[in-house]
Amino acid sequence: MLHFERWKIALIALLTLAGFLYTAPNFLPKAALDEMPSFLPHKQINLGLDLRGGSYLLLQVDTASVTHDRLQQLVNDIRKALRNAEVLYTGLGVNGEAVTIRITKPEDVDKSLKAIRDLSTVVTSNLLSGGLPQRDLSVANSGGLITVTLSETAKVARAQSAIQQSMEIVRRRIDELGTTEPVIQQQGADRILVQVPGLGDPQRLKKLLGQTAKLNFRLVDTSTTAQQAMATHTIPAGAEVLYMTEDPTRPLLVQRRVMVGGDNLVDATPGFDQRSGEPIVSFRFDSTGARLFGEVTRDNVGKPFAIVLDNKVISAPVIREPILGGTGQISGNFTVQQANDLAILLRAGALPAPLNVLEERTVGPGLGADSIRAGTIASIIGSVAVIVFMIAAYGLFGVFANLALLVNIALIMGALSMLQATLTLPGIAGIVLTIGTAVDANVLIYERIREELRSGKSVIAAIEAGYHRALATILDANITHFISAAVLFELGSGPVRGFAVTLAIGVVTSVFTAFTVNRLIVATWVRRRRPKLLVL
Amino acid sequence: MKRLKLVPDNTSFSFVKFRHIAVGLSVAVMLASVVLLFARGLNFGIDFEGGTVIEIATKGPADISGLRTQLGGLGLGDLQLQRFGEDNDVLIRIGTAHGASATDDTGQAAVKKVKDTLGTSVEYRRIESVGPQVSGELIKSATMAVVVAVALMFVYIWFRFEWQFGLGAVLALIHDVMATIGIFALLQMEFNLTTIAALLTIVGYSMNDTVVVFDRIRENLRKFKKMDLGELIDLSINETLARTIMTSATTLIALFALFIFGGEVIRSFTFAMIFGIFVGTYSSIFVAAPVLIAIGVKREWGSGALGRGKVEKKA
Repeated sequence: MLHFERWKIALIALLTLAGFLYTAPNFLPKAALDEMPSFLPHKQINLGLDLRGGSYLLLQVDTASVTHDRLQQLVNDIRKALRNAEVLYTGLGVNGEAVTIRITKPEDVDKSLKAIRDLSTVVTSNLLSGGLPQRDLSVANSGGLITVTLSETAKVARAQSAIQQSMEIVRRRIDELGTTEPVIQQQGADRILVQVPGLGDPQRLKKLLGQTAKLNFRLVDTSTTAQQAMATHTIPAGAEVLYMTEDPTRPLLVQRRVMVGGDNLVDATPGFDQRSGEPIVSFRFDSTGARLFGEVTRDNVGKPFAIVLDNKVISAPVIREPILGGTGQISGNFTVQQANDLAILLRAGALPAPLNVLEERTVGPGLGADSIRAGTIASIIGSVAVIVFMIAAYGLFGVFANLALLVNIALIMGALSMLQATLTLPGIAGIVLTIGTAVDANVLIYERIREELRSGKSVIAAIEAGYHRALATILDANITHFISAAVLFELGSGPVRGFAVTLAIGVVTSVFTAFTVNRLIVATWVRRRRPKLLVL
Repeated sequence: MKRLKLVPDNTSFSFVKFRHIAVGLSVAVMLASVVLLFARGLNFGIDFEGGTVIEIATKGPADISGLRTQLGGLGLGDLQLQRFGEDNDVLIRIGTAHGASATDDTGQAAVKKVKDTLGTSVEYRRIESVGPQVSGELIKSATMAVVVAVALMFVYIWFRFEWQFGLGAVLALIHDVMATIGIFALLQMEFNLTTIAALLTIVGYSMNDTVVVFDRIRENLRKFKKMDLGELIDLSINETLARTIMTSATTLIALFALFIFGGEVIRSFTFAMIFGIFVGTYSSIFVAAPVLIAIGVKREWGSGALGRGKVEKKA
């Protein structure tokens, strides 16, 4: 156990050197790192949100509303189809998870069924039908009452595409905030995990993500006022009452028909109105949007035009003249930030469904910095105490163990830097704990050597036997430790996972250092000194 | 140079003699934990119960009762305020309404209300909000994790030793986990996800300790084929005692550094681990080993498996 082949010594030295090299960037300022030659490692340890500050949000895509939207759209399609087929009907509407409709004349039923069936399209979902194509609508008839439901495959396919789309839009909105390295991942069937480091104000992030941002332009119904319509309960057909964003108590009667939708926007930028100087958002349509917008404004000069965002009216200016260039501006007594955020939302596009916040964990930069400081102090004090204790207990061999411990810490930090694993506050605790347990391997060996010495073996034989016999024990003991770290990794998220990672790395490196670095040092010492007597 | 020795050489305590007392004590602790668990319950953090925690730092010492009046009128439901570490640190905890729907956004609404009320006069150090759906899942996965970890340990020990050893080790683990949960119920310390992380670490550590003792027992079983099992276990525990105490000591030193200097956020986490080191060390000596006496072990160990039991000299 005390003999080392040359290549092994070289390998140990190389690994140790690599550990220190990969650890080094963490102690260098950014400027020095930039000047270093490119063959040297540059990566610094990735700090978790709890250390650098930032927000962790778990969002759920409201898939029920995706289904509901689809059914609502189906109602419109069926209305159009039956009108074309010249069928008389009553009671068309969404009824729970289905669209129901009663056909007035029995002889029209077959014709209606065909018209509705023609609306269905083929969908595939690998999840449920094993990739087999399937119709998205199932249509049933019982005595003239037709029920149209969405197939399970269609729902899943729609939900999946809604999530993909939501992720894309969430990404675009967050990118607009200009933060570094946001993480956006799908989690489970209908969830999106968002991690945004170093954000001062999570409220703004949540506000940006909390809006679906469906924008559309509609005409204001001027046949009566909203107050009057509500008082007499006679809301004109094709109109609805919406409220103003600025003043949620002020109703406005707006036509249901969308003249131009937000999906026709190609750009939106915040700015200031040239006359009044107030913050505005100017926008530009694509060619279809520009044409539609031009037609509407040309035909409705002098009438108010409502700009509706998520079913709230931002403003309803009067059309002064036809706007043919495809550009316009939205004003609504915005603050600069509101104008900014609206522009972001419009540029990024609308979410297909609302997002609910299931879980939020936000750490302010102040607490993060405090945690780093506390963690560092605890690590240093912990290490020093363990080092002193080891020397007090084992003397020179304690020093050897401490050298191995130093290499161990370098290897852990080097591995964390190289793997770009995330260091969290519990992760720091994991390192400190590892410092405490890392010496365990050495303790096992040294105690074994003490025993062997007591049994009357020569120094060299005792050291040989100590390393040899402790090996299996150390492996067994550390494999169990590793298993619990692995389970923890599987269970955990965020900070807890960071703890599991450092723990697992620590287990591996401490076994390695005890059996290579420490043994090499001891072996070298034995060869040089040829001790006849060992007081351990 | 005088060496620090926590355990004198060649100890020969009879641990086995105390096993009846130890078993009585362990059973009492476990029963007490169960009783406490049902009588007082655990002080679940928001990870497991849902709800919102906001940590704020005020300018100057915090006026808790003033804050309470300010926030009490918001209709936030179950509201708790407490000092957290420093004088100007306050933890605001808001429970979720019972029967809230899975996609309920009340947590977000509560955060907004608090922020609107306190404005920018305070620093928001931390905001955590967990919905009831997520907290339900977290309870499930945390319980799973502990069970899976213990089961894997059993399988590993069974594979490396014998099933009797596996059973002894697992009983010791269950003892440790229950005692730790019991102390959390007793002290009403917050029980959250990091506590589960601590529990799993304790499982790993306690196992580590147990394996070292077991390893020595197995070695001695090969060496002394005729020795009485009780005597043999005593011998093995005594032989490994110095190591057990030394490792516990270094680990505790590191953990105490964390407990004292590591900050308020991880204090309950480190507390759980410190407690766990004590029970874990106790259980490998007084729970795991006596189980072997109770159920007996195979005495016919072949020697030399994996090179143990005899010293091979390499040139």
